[in-house]
Amino acid sequence: MSATTTDIPVVAKTGWTRTQWAGAAILVAIIGFAVLAPLLFPADPLRQSLRNILGGADAVSPLGYDHLGRSLTARLAAALRLSLLIAAAAVAASAVLGVAVGVLAAWRGGWIDRAAALVADSFLALPGLLMVLIVSAIVPNTPTAFWIGLTLVLWIEYFRLTRATVSRLVAAPGVQASRLLGFGPVYVFRRHLWPELAPMLLTVAAFGAATAIMMIAALGFVSVGMRPPTPELGLMMIEMLPYYREAPMALLTPVLATFLTLLGLNLIAGGRRA
Amino acid sequence: MIRALGYRALQAVLVAVLVGVLTFLMMQALPGDMAFRIAAGRYGYDAVNVAAAEAVRQELGLDRPAIAAFGVWVMDLLRLDFGTSVISGASVIDEIRHQLGASLQLAGAALALSLLIGPPVGVLAGLRAGGWLDRGLLVVSTALRSVPQFLMGLILIVLVSIHLGWLPAAGYGKPAHFILPALTLALGLGAVSARIARDAMAGVAASPFYAFGRWKGLSEGQLFRRHGLRNIGVALVTFLGLQFAMLVEGVVVIESIFGWPGIGHALVHAIFGRDVPMVQGTALLLGLGFVVLNALVDLAAHWIDPRGGVQA
Repeated sequence: MSATTTDIPVVAKTGWTRTQWAGAAILVAIIGFAVLAPLLFPADPLRQSLRNILGGADAVSPLGYDHLGRSLTARLAAALRLSLLIAAAAVAASAVLGVAVGVLAAWRGGWIDRAAALVADSFLALPGLLMVLIVSAIVPNTPTAFWIGLTLVLWIEYFRLTRATVSRLVAAPGVQASRLLGFGPVYVFRRHLWPELAPMLLTVAAFGAATAIMMIAALGFVSVGMRPPTPELGLMMIEMLPYYREAPMALLTPVLATFLTLLGLNLIAGGRRA
Repeated sequence: MIRALGYRALQAVLVAVLVGVLTFLMMQALPGDMAFRIAAGRYGYDAVNVAAAEAVRQELGLDRPAIAAFGVWVMDLLRLDFGTSVISGASVIDEIRHQLGASLQLAGAALALSLLIGPPVGVLAGLRAGGWLDRGLLVVSTALRSVPQFLMGLILIVLVSIHLGWLPAAGYGKPAHFILPALTLALGLGAVSARIARDAMAGVAASPFYAFGRWKGLSEGQLFRRHGLRNIGVALVTFLGLQFAMLVEGVVVIESIFGWPGIGHALVHAIFGRDVPMVQGTALLLGLGFVVLNALVDLAAHWIDPRGGVQA
């Protein structure tokens, strides 16, 4: 379930490969649909109209209607916005947390370093899905719970990568020279550490976003994630599953949207190898 | 090696503390009156009244202040007393022992299947890096990675058991019930382990000692057995340890979909019913299982490649 990031290339190359551009194009198309659909086909994703039950495509909703006559166009767009937003928030928060703790641990060394590594390894021992499930039982608001739970899962990868990279760099002549010349930590971070870290972090971020979207959908699918009637990718699939003989497209659209989103992210993350 | 094992022991303690804190927070955050909720879980929502809730409150000691409750909580954890499920009333240890068997069967079948699929394909692709098999593998594994496991399960159920009618969609007990859930898990795991094996094999195949072995007249088979296998072994065994986490997550979702009476299924139900002792016991088992497995992986990696010094 979690996208393992064991194959992050050590040497970061500048410039994007064709595979990454393809992934980015898919992702932009998905985001474009999620943002533009409410403008082009304005509809309330919760509004039922019993005349349109399992209805096919029409001018108002090109993706048809679900078992309660709700517009699948509006629901899919809302579900994608929700998943992408939670994933982006979790990736941003975990990146800040992981990089900050990682730089601190590698820079200070000693017992701070060992303690941070131990804490990270202990978080790693708890399966990510379990962490998200437990946090969702603690925090009442589901999107916030997903955000906190996913951040607690995703920060480890940033921490490990940052710590490994920074502890190598801090001992390098460039950083030592800068520090001898009296430059502060902020300058050293911006000038020496960040340029090395940034391309690697992109890979981790893309994998992390894929993990987040997968978990949200998986938990929705087994009914412990978002609550109905919230439009959510996994929930939409499980809602439409009993009707797939009558309306196969209604089941297929959330499935395809999930697949394409994950494919785009995986291509961005994995396309770095030469 | 001793230091590495000591570190794992420390990690195990911290995992237990983490689980303790998380589940305690979960207990405190239960919405509404906990006694009413637990009573509802036991007797059904229609049969709950003040007397039933009060009986539950007295029995479980729910009227103590939070700090005292946390003290009792930690003491119980230290004595390895996981308590009893607040819903079924059975001891958590018994419940988990009961479900773990089913889960281990499924996980074992999935792991065996994924090892049959993944590494052999990866090794063949890695031996001819850049060949058609290598490029094909990259495409297939990227595509497989983009299909979440629950989706793979859904696709297999719809295709194999509903359209073709070959295998049962859900159930437990007969060998036929194993195939779909194990295959679902194995495809996801195999896609990743094939990539790991491919990268390790490509690295070894490009190394000077491999070229030298070929030059001195070893056949491809001899070369692989004598110089290849052990070198890619470390990467694969280390990955196996990490795979456990993926397997657990897969098991949680897949068991719910296929109605498999295992630990993942039970966990989802425990979360749903806010059965905190069950969640705590399961989380502790999974976390400590991960630590123990990785300690074994450390030992195995040391045994395969005694040069050491890479980690620890």
